Amino acid sequence: MVLWLLILIPILAAPLAWMGQQWSRNAPRWIAIGTLSVDCLLTLLLLSQDHSVQTSGHGSWLVESHSSWIPRWGISLHLGLDGLSVILILLTAFIGLLAIGASWTEIQSRVGFFHCNVLLALGGVIGVFLAIDLFLFFFFWELMLVPMYLLIAIWGHAHRRYASFKFFLFTQAGSLLMLVAIIALALLHQHATGRPSFDYADLMELTVTHGMAWWLMLAFLIGFVVKLGAPPFHSWLPDTYTEAPTGASIILAGILAKTGAYGLLRFTIPLFPGVMSEFAPLVMGLGTVGILYGAVLACCQTDIKRLVAYSSISHMGFFLLGAFAGTELALQGAVMQLVAHGLSTGALFMLAGALQERFQTRDMRQMGGLWGMTPRLATMALFFACASLGLPGLANFIGEFLVLFGSYSAQPVLTILASLGMVMAAIYSLGMMQRTFFGQQRETRIAPDLSNTAFGTLLLIAVLQIWLGLYPKTVLITTKPVMNMLVQPVVASPNLTHQPSESVSSSTIFTSQVSAP
Amino acid sequence: MISLLWLIPALPLAGFLVLALFGGRFTRQQVAWVGCGSVGTAAFTTALVGREFFQGFPDRESYHQTLWNWIDTSGLTVGVSWYLDALSLLMVAVITGIGFLIHLYSAEYMAGDEGYARFFAYMNLFVAAMLTLVLADNLLLLYLGWEGVGLCSYLLIGFWYREPEYGTAAQKAFIVTRIGDTAFAIGLFILFTQLKSLSIQQVQSLATEAWPVGSNLAAIVAVLFLIGAVGKSAQLPLQVWLPDAMAGPTPVSALIHAATMVTAGVYLIARMHHLFALAPLVQEVIAVIGLATLLLAATSALVQQDIKRVLAYSTMSQIGYMFLALGVGAWSAALFHFLTHSCFKALLFLAAGSVIHSLHHEQNIFRMGGLRRHLPWTFWTFLIGAAAMSGVPLITSGFYSKDWILWSVWSSPLSHRWIWFGALLGAMLTGLYSFRLIFRVFFGEVRTQPTGEPGLAMRVPLVVLAFFALTIGYLEIPHTLGNVTLFSHYLSHALPTMELLPGMDESSEAREQLAVTVSALLGIGLAAILFLPGSNFSGRGADLSTGRPLVTLLQGGWGFDRLYDRVCVRPWFLLTRNPGELLDRGYEWLAIGAESCHGWMSHTQTGHVRWYAATIVVGTLMLLGLFAM
Repeated sequence: MVLWLLILIPILAAPLAWMGQQWSRNAPRWIAIGTLSVDCLLTLLLLSQDHSVQTSGHGSWLVESHSSWIPRWGISLHLGLDGLSVILILLTAFIGLLAIGASWTEIQSRVGFFHCNVLLALGGVIGVFLAIDLFLFFFFWELMLVPMYLLIAIWGHAHRRYASFKFFLFTQAGSLLMLVAIIALALLHQHATGRPSFDYADLMELTVTHGMAWWLMLAFLIGFVVKLGAPPFHSWLPDTYTEAPTGASIILAGILAKTGAYGLLRFTIPLFPGVMSEFAPLVMGLGTVGILYGAVLACCQTDIKRLVAYSSISHMGFFLLGAFAGTELALQGAVMQLVAHGLSTGALFMLAGALQERFQTRDMRQMGGLWGMTPRLATMALFFACASLGLPGLANFIGEFLVLFGSYSAQPVLTILASLGMVMAAIYSLGMMQRTFFGQQRETRIAPDLSNTAFGTLLLIAVLQIWLGLYPKTVLITTKPVMNMLVQPVVASPNLTHQPSESVSSSTIFTSQVSAP
Repeated sequence: MISLLWLIPALPLAGFLVLALFGGRFTRQQVAWVGCGSVGTAAFTTALVGREFFQGFPDRESYHQTLWNWIDTSGLTVGVSWYLDALSLLMVAVITGIGFLIHLYSAEYMAGDEGYARFFAYMNLFVAAMLTLVLADNLLLLYLGWEGVGLCSYLLIGFWYREPEYGTAAQKAFIVTRIGDTAFAIGLFILFTQLKSLSIQQVQSLATEAWPVGSNLAAIVAVLFLIGAVGKSAQLPLQVWLPDAMAGPTPVSALIHAATMVTAGVYLIARMHHLFALAPLVQEVIAVIGLATLLLAATSALVQQDIKRVLAYSTMSQIGYMFLALGVGAWSAALFHFLTHSCFKALLFLAAGSVIHSLHHEQNIFRMGGLRRHLPWTFWTFLIGAAAMSGVPLITSGFYSKDWILWSVWSSPLSHRWIWFGALLGAMLTGLYSFRLIFRVFFGEVRTQPTGEPGLAMRVPLVVLAFFALTIGYLEIPHTLGNVTLFSHYLSHALPTMELLPGMDESSEAREQLAVTVSALLGIGLAAILFLPGSNFSGRGADLSTGRPLVTLLQGGWGFDRLYDRVCVRPWFLLTRNPGELLDRGYEWLAIGAESCHGWMSHTQTGHVRWYAATIVVGTLMLLGLFAM
């Protein structure tokens, strides 16, 4: 029941926030904040339970809720929460709070409708993280899309129409592929057992022929990778992140991208263990290309938000590299990268938004030397630029390094290439600082520094970054059982032990890790 | 007392946090107290810890302290843990001791600057990161310190952020060293994948067991670590950032780019000596890199016009000596030169800072002169520093350390004769460029009128450092002159002693020492002939810094900057000039195609009912026909 609460609280509060507009200008904001805080607290409550006792084998959830919906088609209202989803829901609620905070002064028209959309989208995201019935999953997947489209199309910047269309078309094309694959899975289940089923646990036990599995995996992969923004499916991402209002950019980069990542970890990888070894090098290559391609293009940008958007592509490349490396270490790093990237990119978008609000431009060529005028803003930007370039002691470093440590045994060459991304990250992050805050001051208008509230919020994210950078156990211990299970099928899969492929070497390494004291 | 070890890095870190959060509300005096106080108490704690460490010496050669488990998942276990042994204690003592003196100096030097609190915050953070680097028990924590000092170096080089060139220099320093850091990181990945550990001690014993001497894996890891070390320590081929790094305030150059951070590479190699011992070929490369850098930098130092750039090149050159010593297996000699160098080079930078301070930020040595009488304190301390750097025999520390290195190069089984001759030439050049500075800046006529001697806070560090620049060499006196082995005995608890070639006795050592002495004195004498105002050649000596192609080449550091500009920087800018992307164009064509199809189809939507009816009939007939067939 508590799981349904997590989803329904924001969704039911959404129309309330819309109506709240009539009472006062700030009522929708406070309703949204209250709603997300409740979600945040509920998730913390769930997190505080003991996760280490979780047994192996899929379908063992910390909390589960199951009731039938359309039994004839094997569709049920099935929710499940494990170590991975609890972390991502907490991230969602927290980033959602940030997004509302960042929109406080920026959004002045149709405040109620804005917050209604934010809450609907977040409710959809939480649903995505909880649904373990594929039909329900797809329902929530689409639920988050429409409000997101509206957020961009109504409150976005100059090219919002173009950007929102592109966003919608790309993600919708991806989801359609996924829908086909989902229905195909259900039909295959019917073929095998005589009744269709969309249930995760049922589908996990389904054996699919190799060729079929290959196509289905491809469809799932594309559907999810589009959300992550890995080349060549990323082209919507820079436009959308840039044109969206600050709050929506934070949600897009901080949360929406994570739904794609979550889908890969929850469905793509465990559902098709047989073809994993064929896809792994491919996807890891895609991740590496993403790291380098995103970093190079980030270096090209003059628009500060676009720069952050491309850096986001680069960071998500590390996720892909780690998620398909087939070692628990890399997977743990990949999850850490999700959390770290959510925090650092969210903060960077807040800062970009603050700059745009003050100087009505995102063009770094027109900025420069702002350190003297807005030292708090500059200090925070420096901090998060450091986080983004992977400075040790901050959360992003843990994510990237665990991924690289874990991937090296599987794909040494790709890992070395990916490491070059660290040099490029330094180039674009420091370049951003130089052009914006250092050098000669071009801007003559006097602008106020960050308000106490904004500064405090960013300081909180900074503290979280340091906390996770120095004590990553907080996240890693919760996700470890889930990641452990993800590696198991690779080890157990009988048809793989005969092939001298990457997965075999990684699985042997994994077993040697287990036996090591 | 020794359990207070964690306080040593924690104190400067606390100083940083206090200054970063509340520095804006403090008065200048409070900022200086916090900034200097935190490093001062760290130095005091080091003394306490060191005393107890010495007392338990023969029984306990190292002390280990774990604060908490940093990462502990899926086979990777690293702690935030400290490891104290003879080597790290030496480093810590230098960092906190000299660090404190430089902080004290900065309290006065930076007094007029608007970013006073910011300066001390960065400096404290630097000290904390540097201490983490040398005290780290595992390679990942070392890497944290390694990147941390890089960040502080970046922040402090670009401290005066309004100057765009300073910002460029800062970025250059960070990016060039990050290339090295990335190689270092890849080394870590390989090491961990192979040996499943990152603890410095454990990894080396595992490596010694698993890899035979000369094995490929050992060589690859050693090379990657070497690239990291070369980047940080500004050695060939990643040396280009150091001369530009002089954009930072002078105390920064003294602390980071002379005494401590740039020697991190030396520390890394000494710390990982078991690993490097497995790769003799890489050790030889280290020696050659050291020699090449020391000669290249020495010749460049000869023709620079900026006083700080001369010192920057001299730093590269002296670190080249340390690399040379590491390469021939003379670990202790390298560390001894590190100790003396950090005293005399910090002294030289601080004295140069005093000159610059009194000349209203004039740094060109051709606009200086005759400062001997106006700035006696500065002159004498600078003279001591220059003498120590040139290795004036018997009375300066630089003589003892450089002599030890050259003797090791002469007598090591890992070395070659020609390397020794190169190093000897370097010793001569050192005397030449050091005293070129002395004669240009302090002798002759006054070209820029100085404002006067610095105050007490700047003078005390100068005198203390001058004292050590003269005397610290007495910790290790060669057999031929008195045989004191305090230093080598002390370090033998952490580093192996070098084996000599057969047939190396005291008489050959004495002859070798004579050669070193003569070459140093020759350099100084040559400087006097060429640059001392009033000598026959002084007019021609001045020419050394202008015109001629060779001089221009040397001034630019042998053209490495231009080469990298052509090969890397310009292609990179060409690549990143256009913010659009090609892939997006492909999708745009897709959109255009869809739209034109739509436009073409919309022609059929005419609104004529007859036309619609006709198409319906034709369509139906076609379908029926299809079914009929």
